[in-house]
Amino acid sequence: MNLGQPRWILLGLALAGLAGVGLAQAAVDDYVLSIINFIGIYAILAVSLNVTNGLAGLFSLGHPGFMAIGGYVTAILTFPASRKAMFLELPGWLAGSEMPFLPALLAGGAAAALTAFLIGLPVLRLRGHYLAVATMGFLIIVQVLIENWESVTRGPLGLNGLAALTDLWWVYGWMLAAVGVSWKVKFSSYGRSMLAMREDSLAAQCLGVNLFRTRVAALAIGAFFAGVAGGLWAHLVTAITPGTFSLIMAFNIVVMVVVGGTGSITGAVVAAVVFSAITEIFRPLEESFDAYGIAEILMALILLVILIYRPSGLFGSREPGILTAGPTHNPGNHPETAQGGQK
Amino acid sequence: MTAGYIAQQIVNGLILGSMYAMVAIGFSMIYGIVRLINFAHGDIVMIGAFVTLGLLQSLGAPFPVVAVGVLLAGGLMGVMIERAAFRPMRGAPQVTGFIASLAVSIMLQNLGILTLSAQPRNFSFPDNLQEVIHAGGVSFRVIDLVIMAVAVLLMCALILLVRKTKLGMAMRATAENIEVARLMGIPINRTIMAAFAIGSALAGIAGLMWGGKFGQIDPLLGYVPGLKSFVAAVIGGVGSIPGAILGGYVLGLAEVLFVGLLPPIYSAFRDAFVFATLILILLALPNGILGRATEDRA
Repeated sequence: MNLGQPRWILLGLALAGLAGVGLAQAAVDDYVLSIINFIGIYAILAVSLNVTNGLAGLFSLGHPGFMAIGGYVTAILTFPASRKAMFLELPGWLAGSEMPFLPALLAGGAAAALTAFLIGLPVLRLRGHYLAVATMGFLIIVQVLIENWESVTRGPLGLNGLAALTDLWWVYGWMLAAVGVSWKVKFSSYGRSMLAMREDSLAAQCLGVNLFRTRVAALAIGAFFAGVAGGLWAHLVTAITPGTFSLIMAFNIVVMVVVGGTGSITGAVVAAVVFSAITEIFRPLEESFDAYGIAEILMALILLVILIYRPSGLFGSREPGILTAGPTHNPGNHPETAQGGQK
Repeated sequence: MTAGYIAQQIVNGLILGSMYAMVAIGFSMIYGIVRLINFAHGDIVMIGAFVTLGLLQSLGAPFPVVAVGVLLAGGLMGVMIERAAFRPMRGAPQVTGFIASLAVSIMLQNLGILTLSAQPRNFSFPDNLQEVIHAGGVSFRVIDLVIMAVAVLLMCALILLVRKTKLGMAMRATAENIEVARLMGIPINRTIMAAFAIGSALAGIAGLMWGGKFGQIDPLLGYVPGLKSFVAAVIGGVGSIPGAILGGYVLGLAEVLFVGLLPPIYSAFRDAFVFATLILILLALPNGILGRATEDRA
């Protein structure tokens, strides 16, 4: 496989992004910087859901649930030990410890992935929108448990006063990691198994794809990055409350994946950037006109129009040709596969 | 825990179950015919509640007129949503319709917030409906009685409609096989529209009941009944109208008894309980109690 030329382009793009981060850190004020951070976190979320939802065709609405798990785990691990005793009743080994950011994020991601594995074992036997509904149930259960487990999560109040550890370097680094991992997955035999399973699970099984293992892996990879994104989110806002991780957020991430084109990594990134930018542009407008909800209505309208007129999304399942070594190396190039999802 | 207390809980469960059943019927009908999980169905409940408020408090209309007005408004809303959002994407993968219905739901909620404000409004029925009746250790209001009676009446009417009329036969045929039904000369679009109209009208009435029961309404109120009625429909077997009714009552009773019979610290977990039940039922009994095994669910 000749990946020589695109690899340079990808590397160049990553470096250009790095330069952009440096420039933004130096030149832009805090408000704009935080918006860029949110956009980056949404890109991580969209790219990671794209593995579960786009490549493997597992329609999951549970993404914010994994985010919440990762966010709370990270927040509790980095919480200053001196203040832990004041707010929380934790078991001894946890109460006295205070972790640096990176291991805490990894632990958050791992906790989310482990949860995905555990709930995936039973739930991934469901298909299509039954799976969607079951994962939505999972999201609501996570919310209720967080709201009521006050000794560890402080309930609906949430944890606040977290250290502002997240900056653009962290967000950009994790975004690269998410894009890199899903790129590797998509262009490996594993990704092709996922795409095959998405298109026709019976045929994939006949060709020797282990459906169940592939499904669980797709859910767990998505959940890992969702958990990390949750940790980044918590330390960007410096607070974490159960209300953040709502069905609305699940909807927003799904919109990004669908509009970008289910299965397209480039599409997920582009859609995440466009949509979070639109939301952020509309926020001051909403506040000045006292008309909350316009951005949501607009998002929903755009989604409906795209579903009706361009059901395969902006990019279909593909990546732009310039980033890959031509059409033969681009799974999902077949027009019929662009539909995505289960029948 | 006396027998009276338990009887009271059962009555409360039946009232809640009536409302769940009214919404679940529409869910089930729409799913049965077009294989669409209509997430916007719960928001018709919200619209029904606000139409009730408007007719009752601004215009002072008498109760039967209000009920008919709410039925019409709900039905009209359902038809409009079907025409604008769901018909253009008929034939697309099921998940597409599900996402579209989420979009419609979010639009309706935010339009509600935009035009009606997010502040909850008080909602009160005339005094003669609020009167409390005591009977054998159980007490309930007249409105609760009306809720249950109206629900049973509408359910019987609906079952008769589906079993005995030409429209009902067309609906059953379309649910069985949409293409063959079209070949047999059944007007598919009109039949689907009728299903949306009837289901949404019942959801509108459920909105009237919801307002009367809880006394407060806001633009986001459709979320919870929508979700739970969906659970009820799944419990009963999606696509089956008697199943939806049964599922509604089972869920209503189970939820009230869960809160009423267990120590109070567990009552905050009621939604977790409802959705854990949903997941268990999906896994153990994927076709629900009364549903038929017609397709690949698990």
